[in-house]
Amino acid sequence: MKGISMTFSDLLNIGLMQGFAGLSLFSVLLLMGLGLAVIFGQMGVINMAHGEFMTIGAYTVYMASVLTEKIAPDFLVYYFPLAILLAFCLAFVAGWVAEWALIRHLYKRPLDTLLATWGLSLGMQQFFRTAIGPKEVSPTLPDWLMGSWAPMEGLDIPINGMFVMALTALVTALLLLALYKARWGLRVRATVSNRVMANAIGINTKKTDRLTFAIGCGIAGVAGAAFTTIGSTGPTSGSLYIVDSFLVVTFGGAASLLGTVASAFGIAQTQSIAEFFLSGSNAKVLTLMLVITILMIRPQGLFAAKVRR
Amino acid sequence: MSHEPNDSPIDHPEMDANRRRLLQGLGALPLVGLPGVALAQKFPTAKVNTTGLAVTDTEVIVGQLHSATGTMAISETGSIQAEQLAIDQINAMGGILGRKIKVIKEDGASDWPTFAEKSKKLLVNDKVATVFGCWTSASRKAVLPIFEKENGLLYYPTFYEGLEQSKNVIYTGQEATQQIIYGLDWGAKEKKAKKFFLVGSDYIWPRTSMKIARKHIESVGKLGSVVGEEYYPLGNTNFNSLINKIKLAKPDCIFAAVVGGSNVAFYKQLKAAGITGAKQFLLTLSVTEDEMLGVGGENFAGFYSSMKYFQSLPNENNKKFVAAFKAKYGPNSVIGDVTQAGYLGPWLWKAAVEKAGSFDVDKVVAASPGIELKTAPEGYVKVHANHHLWSKSRIAQGMPDGTFKVVAESPELIEPNPFPKGYQ
Repeated sequence: MKGISMTFSDLLNIGLMQGFAGLSLFSVLLLMGLGLAVIFGQMGVINMAHGEFMTIGAYTVYMASVLTEKIAPDFLVYYFPLAILLAFCLAFVAGWVAEWALIRHLYKRPLDTLLATWGLSLGMQQFFRTAIGPKEVSPTLPDWLMGSWAPMEGLDIPINGMFVMALTALVTALLLLALYKARWGLRVRATVSNRVMANAIGINTKKTDRLTFAIGCGIAGVAGAAFTTIGSTGPTSGSLYIVDSFLVVTFGGAASLLGTVASAFGIAQTQSIAEFFLSGSNAKVLTLMLVITILMIRPQGLFAAKVRR
Repeated sequence: MSHEPNDSPIDHPEMDANRRRLLQGLGALPLVGLPGVALAQKFPTAKVNTTGLAVTDTEVIVGQLHSATGTMAISETGSIQAEQLAIDQINAMGGILGRKIKVIKEDGASDWPTFAEKSKKLLVNDKVATVFGCWTSASRKAVLPIFEKENGLLYYPTFYEGLEQSKNVIYTGQEATQQIIYGLDWGAKEKKAKKFFLVGSDYIWPRTSMKIARKHIESVGKLGSVVGEEYYPLGNTNFNSLINKIKLAKPDCIFAAVVGGSNVAFYKQLKAAGITGAKQFLLTLSVTEDEMLGVGGENFAGFYSSMKYFQSLPNENNKKFVAAFKAKYGPNSVIGDVTQAGYLGPWLWKAAVEKAGSFDVDKVVAASPGIELKTAPEGYVKVHANHHLWSKSRIAQGMPDGTFKVVAESPELIEPNPFPKGYQ
């Protein structure tokens, strides 16, 4: 960037936008990691089909936008939040069915769940391809979600970024409330820390497992729905997110939701800043190297849950 | 001459009754098929097939090798459809040398070793006369040694990075210089672009393309300077930092070759960051009508794409092609650059076989240079001695509804130059 004269306000604007870029990536990583944190962190199930549950959410938004355009074009301004709710419901149901049909038979064989869910992800991808079509689609987004908020000349804050940020905050808050204040959370935590004892005191751990898995999938659906504003919607879109999701959850410490938050923040800031000063591919290399180094020193991740095993 | 799309051969298998009308409709095509049987007698199988290919008195078997499943299905579906359409049309005209074309479809499943294995199956077991297939450079590189060893023939439809020329491959898409140089020159002249920012996905095609672009901007074409060159991993979905870098560098032209899911994220985030076609000149090598479905017209509106074909080309050939394609695959189907290049394959092969009077690969290859196709939807193409096509290059602007408006066209056919001197 030689030979370009910048004014102070230009640099300030770029700095602000870069700061926002980091926060925006943080909320994206956190949102994609949350569902997995519930499933992998709390249940220990390696869900390779996590990305495909996100795709369910993305396609839900697409279908909703197509239907809205056909039936009630005036409603197009408002449909998006409802579509996100619907995405949660559909992914929740799909997760419920997957747990009942597949996962529950494999709790004692954690490595087999990896293969089984990977197979599930391939199957789901092909299902999307056959049922909806191999080409990428683009839901019609309401105007208020597009473009940027420009409080002054040269400063553009993406509206979709702010939306994802708000949604992430909401989902995280709800999840924390549910885990630490609600009955379900109590049961989940009891099951995680000691399954036999939880069973003995009358907690239906099988039901808890199913609900937990379905909620994790539902959150993945919400993430997928939100990402239609920033990314692609196609049969294999989910595979774009799966690696980063696992990275966030593993780095944060599997059983800790707070760890997931911290890890998403760390990874996002490192990557965002590195991308600004290095090239895109090198930034990714640097981020991964840092993560691996820290995991070598702390194999349990940033925050380890204090559980007696 | 005008016939409704519904009269096209595809919808009427009982073609004898319709043959006369049909021949009228396809009269513009170069070699109108004579009644099949007489022609087949004129070309006895023993003569037109001396190397044991799957050619009988009534049919010739060809292979089609694309990804119908897996991550590349999104791109290759169009090629599969267009090749099938061309083959159906050729059959409806009486086939090639009096023989109907029968297709064996194999699925490369977006997996390069699978492509290699399936190509071997097509060439060794099925003895196909030719193969229409592959999309990514990786899949082409995977099957190339097999085609050369078994002396097969491949028609490859995708625009690609060049630096390759095989006796056994006919490249029906543009090689890099055809697509890039005209686009850059146009941008420099019409949009007064002097500062270029190069962005691509991180693999061979964007990197080779950007290398050519940089050479052309800085030394060969002397257009100006490159103020940034960035590559992002395939599948990257976060471009906010890149967009800030672009804002810092203030280029006159963003020159982009981002592909796949990243492509969609790139344009959505550009729009969200306030970089729109109204404010910024952007020229890309990787957005066709197919990609537009995912990107969304509102995110690409005002930006430009450099290709040899756009669905909206107004010539008569193209109108017929688009009508036939939509009649077969539905009114909402779209046709991108590679789809059209896929459509050329069977027609070029037909012309070469008829010129050679034989299905033998060596004779077809020898007959190929100089073959012209006046019926090509893109207008007119000619096979160069280096197995690539002479073709025009075009610039089109994205419209909010997802279509393209062609704004410029190279005045002459551009010579393919897969090994450009001064660009290495």
